[in-house]
Amino acid sequence: MIYFNNVSKVYRDATALEDVTFTVEAGEFVSIVGHSGAGKTTLTKLILSEEMPTDGTVFFESINVHKLKNDDLTKLRRRIGMVFQDFKLLPNKTAYENIAFAMEAVGKTEEEIASDVPHVLELVDLSHRMSHFPGQMSGGEQQRLAIARAIINQPELIIADEPTGNLDPVNTHEIVQILKKINDLGTTVILTTHNRGVIESINKRVITMENGKVIRDSKHRK
Amino acid sequence: MAITVLKRIIKAGFLNFKRGGVVSWAAVLVVTITLSVITLIILLQAVLHFSLAQIKDKVDVTIYFTVGAGEDKIMALKSSIEKLPEVSQISYTSASEALKLFRDRHSKDYPTIQALDEIGENPLGGYLNVKAKEIGQYESIANFLKSGSALSLDSASIVDKVNYYQNKLVIDRLNTIISGAQKLGFLITLLLVLISIVITFNTIRLTIFISKEEIGVMRLVGASKMHVRGPFMIEGAIYGAVATFFTLILFWPATAWLGRNMTNFLGINMYDYYLANFLNIFAILLFSGIILGVISSFLAVRKYLNK
Repeated sequence: MIYFNNVSKVYRDATALEDVTFTVEAGEFVSIVGHSGAGKTTLTKLILSEEMPTDGTVFFESINVHKLKNDDLTKLRRRIGMVFQDFKLLPNKTAYENIAFAMEAVGKTEEEIASDVPHVLELVDLSHRMSHFPGQMSGGEQQRLAIARAIINQPELIIADEPTGNLDPVNTHEIVQILKKINDLGTTVILTTHNRGVIESINKRVITMENGKVIRDSKHRK
Repeated sequence: MAITVLKRIIKAGFLNFKRGGVVSWAAVLVVTITLSVITLIILLQAVLHFSLAQIKDKVDVTIYFTVGAGEDKIMALKSSIEKLPEVSQISYTSASEALKLFRDRHSKDYPTIQALDEIGENPLGGYLNVKAKEIGQYESIANFLKSGSALSLDSASIVDKVNYYQNKLVIDRLNTIISGAQKLGFLITLLLVLISIVITFNTIRLTIFISKEEIGVMRLVGASKMHVRGPFMIEGAIYGAVATFFTLILFWPATAWLGRNMTNFLGINMYDYYLANFLNIFAILLFSGIILGVISSFLAVRKYLNK
C-alpha cells in the first residue's frame, strides 16, 4: 500500500531522512519508533505530501504522491485519516462540527452527517461532549475526537503521529485500544511513537529509526 | 450539490464571524474607518462640486448692443450663438428692460435718475447674456463673435462691446483654479482610498493569520480550496456589510450637526445632501465594503492554501 523507495530528506544542513526503504501492506498495523528527531514525523509528512523528498519516491498504491496536482492531492488526503500529537482540531468548531467538517469535505449529505457523527462520537465515548469546543475538553477527549474525525470517512489508512505524546497512561491505553480496534476492522494503521510501552502493548510490526535511518524492521512480529 | 456547498460555506462564514469575537469586531472597526473615509470623500466631493458650480455659474459673457440696434438683427445673432455646442444658456435683455433694471438698481440714487430723466430718451442698448457649459469654452464663444461667421449676419455694426476681453484674465485664472482643485481632489481621494484599502487588507490578513494552522488542518482533512476559502470570504463580506451599517449610523448625527452648524460655511446643507443621496451612499459603501472584505480574505487565505 505504502512504498518508500530510497527516500532522503535534507533540511538545509540537517538530514532528517537518509535512504529509507520500506513497504506497508494493506491491513497492517505498523509502529514507527525512535527518539525525537529520528525522522518519524518527516516520514508521515512525506506520505501526505506536506513535504517533498530530497531524493527517492513515495508511493500510495500506484500513485507517486509527490507528482500529484493540488486537486488530486486533496482527493488522496481524503483516503487517509490523520491523528496528531497536538490533536489539530478546529478550535472554533464544536466536537460535532469538527467531524461534520471532515464529512463535508468529501461531499457527504446533511442526512449522512446527521446520522454518522453521533454514531462515531459514541464509538469514542464522546456523545456527551457533542456540542463542546476542543478547548473545553481534556487532552484524552481531544485525541479521541481527533481519532473520530480521522475514521469518519472510512479511510484506507490511518496515520497517527505520536498520538499519545501528550496523554497520561490511562488515556494512552484507551487511544491504543481504539487504534487496534480500527486496525482489526481492516484499516491500515501507521503509528509513530517514542514510547516503548505503547509498542509492547500493540505487539505488531515495529520499524525502528535512528538519525533518519531505518535500523530495524521486525516484520516477523505479527 | 453546489447549493448545499454554498449553504455550508455561508453558514460557516456566519459562524466564524460570530465565534471570532474580538477579532471579528476589530476587523469591522477597521473596515468602518475605511468606509467612513469613503463617505467623507463623497461629502467633500459634494462640497467641492457645489462650490465650483457656484463659481462657474458666476462667470458669463455679455454682448452689449449699440443704442437703437434692430431687434431682428439681435435675434438673428442670438439664434446663431444658440446653435454653438459650447453654449448652455443665452438670455436677451431688451433696451427697455435694461433701462428698467438700471432705474431699479439706482432707485435711491437721485442725481443719476434725474440725469436719466433729463436725457429723455433711453441711452442704453440691449444685451445678450451667454453662459458656456465649461469655463474653458468662453474663449471659443468670444472667438466666434469675433470671427466672420457672426459678422456675416451683418451684426458687427450692432455690437457695442463684448465683456469677455475685460474679464479674460479672471476667467482664465478661475479656470486654472477649478481644474487644479478637481485634479487635487481626485488625487487626494485616490490616495486616501488606497491607504484605507491597504490598512483594511492588512487587518484582514492578520485575522486570517490567526487561523493559519486551522487552514492547514482543513487542507489535511481533505477540504477543497473553496471549502476552506469560502467561509473566510463570507466572513469578509460580513465585515463589509456590518461596517456599512455602522458607517451609515455614524454619519447620521455627524451630517445633522454639519447641516445645523456649517451650512453657511460649506455652502451646502450636509444633512439634506446625506438624506437625498442616502440610497446611493448606502449602495457605494455596501459594494466597497463587501468587495474589500471578500478580496482581502481571498488574497490573505491564498498564502496558506498551497499545501
